[in-house]
Amino acid sequence: MIAVLIVATLAASVAAGTSLLYATLGEIVAERAGVINLGLEGVMLAGAAAGCAATSVTGNPYWGVLAAVLAGAAISVVFAYAVVDCGANQLAAGLSLLFLGLGVSALIGRPYSGAIIHGLPSMSLRAPLEQGAAVLSVDALVLLALPATALVWWALSATRWGLRLRAVGENPAAAFAAGCNRRRLQYQAVLLSGACSGLAGAHIALAVAFTWAEGMTGGRGFIAIALVMFARWNPWAAVAGALVFGGAEALQLQLQASGLDVSPFLMNMLPYVLTLAALPLTGRAGRLAAPAALGRPYTGVE
Amino acid sequence: MQIERTFWKVLIAFAAFGLVLLIAGKHPLQAYADTAVFVLGSLEGFTELFVRMSPLVMAALAVSIPARIGLFNVGGEGQIYMGALFATGTALSLAHAPSWLLLPATLASGFAGGAVWALIPALMRIKGVANEAITTLLLNYIAPLAVGYMIFGPWRSPESLSYPQSPKLVEGARLAVLPGTRLHAGLLIAAACLALCAYVLYRTRWGLEMRAIGGNALASQHLGLPVRSYIGACMAIGGGIAGLAGMAEVSAIQGRLVAEISPGYGYMGFLVAWLAGPSAAKTVAMAFLLAFISSVGDVLQITQGVPFAVVNILMAAILFSVLCGGKRAGALQ
Amino acid sequence: MKLDTQRPAREASSPLISAHNIVKRFGNLTASDVDLFEVRPGEVHGLLGENGAGKSTLSKILYGYYRPDSGEIRVEGSPVSLRSPAEARALGIGMVFQDFTLIPALSVFENIVLFMQGLPRVLDRRALQKQIAEAAASLGTSMDLEVPAGALSAGDQQKIEILKQVLAGARVLILDEPTKVLAPQECSGLFATLAELRSRGYGIVLITHKLDEVLEAADRISVMRKGRIAGVLDPSAATQAGLLALMFEGRGTREMTRRTARSFGANALELRGVCTDDEGHAVPLGDVSLRVREGEILGMAGIAGSGQRELGALVVGRTRPRRGTKMLWEQDAGEWSIARLRQSGVAFVPENPLEIACVGGLSVAENFALGERRYRRGLGIDWPRVQADAGAAFDRIGFPRPPLAARMRTLSGGNVQRAVMARELANRPRLIVALYPTRGLDVRSAQAVRDKLCASAGEGAAVLLVSEDLDELFDLCDRLVVMRRGRIAGEFEPAGYAPEAVGAAMVGAAEMQRAN
Repeated sequence: MIAVLIVATLAASVAAGTSLLYATLGEIVAERAGVINLGLEGVMLAGAAAGCAATSVTGNPYWGVLAAVLAGAAISVVFAYAVVDCGANQLAAGLSLLFLGLGVSALIGRPYSGAIIHGLPSMSLRAPLEQGAAVLSVDALVLLALPATALVWWALSATRWGLRLRAVGENPAAAFAAGCNRRRLQYQAVLLSGACSGLAGAHIALAVAFTWAEGMTGGRGFIAIALVMFARWNPWAAVAGALVFGGAEALQLQLQASGLDVSPFLMNMLPYVLTLAALPLTGRAGRLAAPAALGRPYTGVE
Repeated sequence: MQIERTFWKVLIAFAAFGLVLLIAGKHPLQAYADTAVFVLGSLEGFTELFVRMSPLVMAALAVSIPARIGLFNVGGEGQIYMGALFATGTALSLAHAPSWLLLPATLASGFAGGAVWALIPALMRIKGVANEAITTLLLNYIAPLAVGYMIFGPWRSPESLSYPQSPKLVEGARLAVLPGTRLHAGLLIAAACLALCAYVLYRTRWGLEMRAIGGNALASQHLGLPVRSYIGACMAIGGGIAGLAGMAEVSAIQGRLVAEISPGYGYMGFLVAWLAGPSAAKTVAMAFLLAFISSVGDVLQITQGVPFAVVNILMAAILFSVLCGGKRAGALQ
Repeated sequence: MKLDTQRPAREASSPLISAHNIVKRFGNLTASDVDLFEVRPGEVHGLLGENGAGKSTLSKILYGYYRPDSGEIRVEGSPVSLRSPAEARALGIGMVFQDFTLIPALSVFENIVLFMQGLPRVLDRRALQKQIAEAAASLGTSMDLEVPAGALSAGDQQKIEILKQVLAGARVLILDEPTKVLAPQECSGLFATLAELRSRGYGIVLITHKLDEVLEAADRISVMRKGRIAGVLDPSAATQAGLLALMFEGRGTREMTRRTARSFGANALELRGVCTDDEGHAVPLGDVSLRVREGEILGMAGIAGSGQRELGALVVGRTRPRRGTKMLWEQDAGEWSIARLRQSGVAFVPENPLEIACVGGLSVAENFALGERRYRRGLGIDWPRVQADAGAAFDRIGFPRPPLAARMRTLSGGNVQRAVMARELANRPRLIVALYPTRGLDVRSAQAVRDKLCASAGEGAAVLLVSEDLDELFDLCDRLVVMRRGRIAGEFEPAGYAPEAVGAAMVGAAEMQRAN
């Protein structure tokens, strides 16, 4: 019985963790370039709403995914402009992006509120257990998650672009002295992060919930930001983190389904409490791993 | 000069929002006009602005007091909910106490609820665990769940089983309301908090020390200022004021604890604080603006079927407009 | 530009780079007004001048970091327009700054590669490592490429900076005060490298304010003063006095504060076996014992990153010792708060006062009042008393009174430090911790700071002076300790003040072998 619970939770962790992983990967790239994006939540919502709308209109969920990615990147442009070109406070600009995403998603998503969306097709893998009900549903985005992680890791560590991006995030003045184009790199990083968060939103709407509801991402965007710290800005560690936090959500659903008499409100708190509790565990070494120029607008010579 | 620039930025933002609504097939000018008629043409509409300004001013103080020493408290929303929670708890358990005790106790516990909720991220900041921006945001999600737990559970009112809320609070725990309107004593509390904060900031040595820490925390440390104590105190006081806003919503407006005690006042308060900076007069002016925007949201929802959350686009437009206009234009310090 | 390593040193041929009629202003200040400055191949051209004379500005213009308001730069005779350091590098100009532009978190390999021209999109680690190793060998050095750059000593970091520029194709190397961060022994290593580069036909600009360096290493010396070139000399024909005359408008010898005979009292500060943790990037202190008596100036030397700052933070009260005792006037003060320490008479005069010692956005008077119990009146501040005391404090130490209502950040660097000193010395402190107090100051201000520290010692204060300037330490201090890797590596009495001996302690015996 416990075995079924564990396997079922693991299976559900993958479903819940995939969106977290995409958002975290994107944010790792942005933060390595020195930009912290508090508005991830808004971008994910915009992606989810765009995904629902496009899927409903075209009948094809893959168009929905594309729309989500584009929506995520598009909504991030004004944030990138504020932060990279205008040198605005990154935390305030991030909140502004949050508001924008909240509003735009509400506007786009309203016609589809509560409607059933035929989202991404998935394969079901059954676990060979006696009780037999543990199902891992694998859709296209789940399949792409690990390759995406590998791609991000490779890009950051083995390409000229990744090296320059990391230099900008550590020391923009030195990067400028080395000839890096800070503006272009930070724009690219932020737009990439927006696209990934849009993708994360698409997964929630089209592969987990199959509908649209206002604010449906429920704070996952902020959990992703905490996850970046927890993973010490390392893409592979983000996989582990996403599974753990996805697991917290999954655990809560499983416990409810198994008839445990705990208030759903308390169970819903689990992922946030877990995140808060995990922050002290990142340790001093983890905090020192942060890109040195993270969050600071660049005011030097260019 | 500053006022003029801010005015133009706000105007541009309204225009941009209008454009977005047009693209979505709605009628922005109609909505703006309807709102203006409502707030200027009816007693209900006019007083409603002030009813909204009360929590907005307090939520703004929750942001700007910690901002004076360089902290970023975006947890106003959660602190409002916890203030509401604590206040309800006191009001329900002391329901038979005399009103000279009940009301102050309810006020105090509302403050305490917000203060406690803000102290958690403060402690994490002091210990160097995490920046308060992320911790306060996470706590914003936990607080409404705590409220939901209580009103679905131990505090579930037997009267209304169809939707959850707490039992009605006794008269002794309720803030005075101007008859015929929803104007309540919370407005006076907000004004008092604003005045007190302005006085402390510019007329006392605590204010000087806060401005020093906000200007240069390292140098302040070297001068022997107790920076960590200020972190705790400023977060607690800011959170406490937001808690009072929550208490006022329960005590004066709703009369009981309900699931959605705040339609996003915490975040709107952030915007007020960012636009107003340290100036008390500007805080009132910006709170007025946000109250108006809040009414626009209601009007859009009622007359054109647009979800209230869409108003966030207008808020984003204003904030981006200010942020992109140069570094000094609109900042917390 | 390809690296041509076969070319022998040329005679006086056309210059590699020359600057003509350069003018650069920052607001009201004319930082640069140079008729002609040029560097020939196979030459070390010394650029000499005091702090603020304009050497840094000129070199940054040559490197494309600043654009001149007017004037022309020519590379091998042809005029060019330099809009950024990247363009300068493409033309073969390289610069090694005082503050290294290495990125501490990235590895040595990544730091070097970041700078290289013509990199492919995907980095071929093996090929690049080979290329770097070859270039390093040709300069006579070798290094571990995978170490994070922040973990290396200053001397090694400087070598990497030079290597970076060479690999990026530089033919002209500008070095801004390169010996500032080196121990005496490491300097000879640097000059050997420069000689090697010179023999390969590179042009080198050596920026310094030290006369003996420029007399030893340069082929030509240009002296700068107030943004202008005051004279161009051949070192074989130049004398110290002559150079000083050009640098200081005929003021001749620099006025130096001399150590005066003083009597010393009881122990003011005593550290016994103090150890601290390593937190983050801080250097852990290990078994530090020292004492400073009343009326005594104890100097502390050491290469950067040896623990001086951590020691200063400990004495001032920002950190606590994990083991050992910190005694102040015979009392155990290890756990005292900064506020209590200041009340007991501990003063702090650091470098970079605007960042470390005062709040730029507040006024001079407000900075004076911060943290002082005596000015509390009810809930507010007794401003009239603050202003009276502040004025008196400036008068007492002989500094001109700045406008007390002016914001600190509107004052010049030297005046900010004067204001900080006025505040710190106002209440006759009994222990003064001076941490690189004259860094970055113009000569007059630096002199004023030294004078006041001496005067305070004369009045019975104990002074702990941490400095990178051995001349300053030798002139002022009654005793000298050297820190290395968080420990005390040597103690010297005035009789034993010699750069070689002190340098040996700074660098350590084993490394001294390596440098020689």
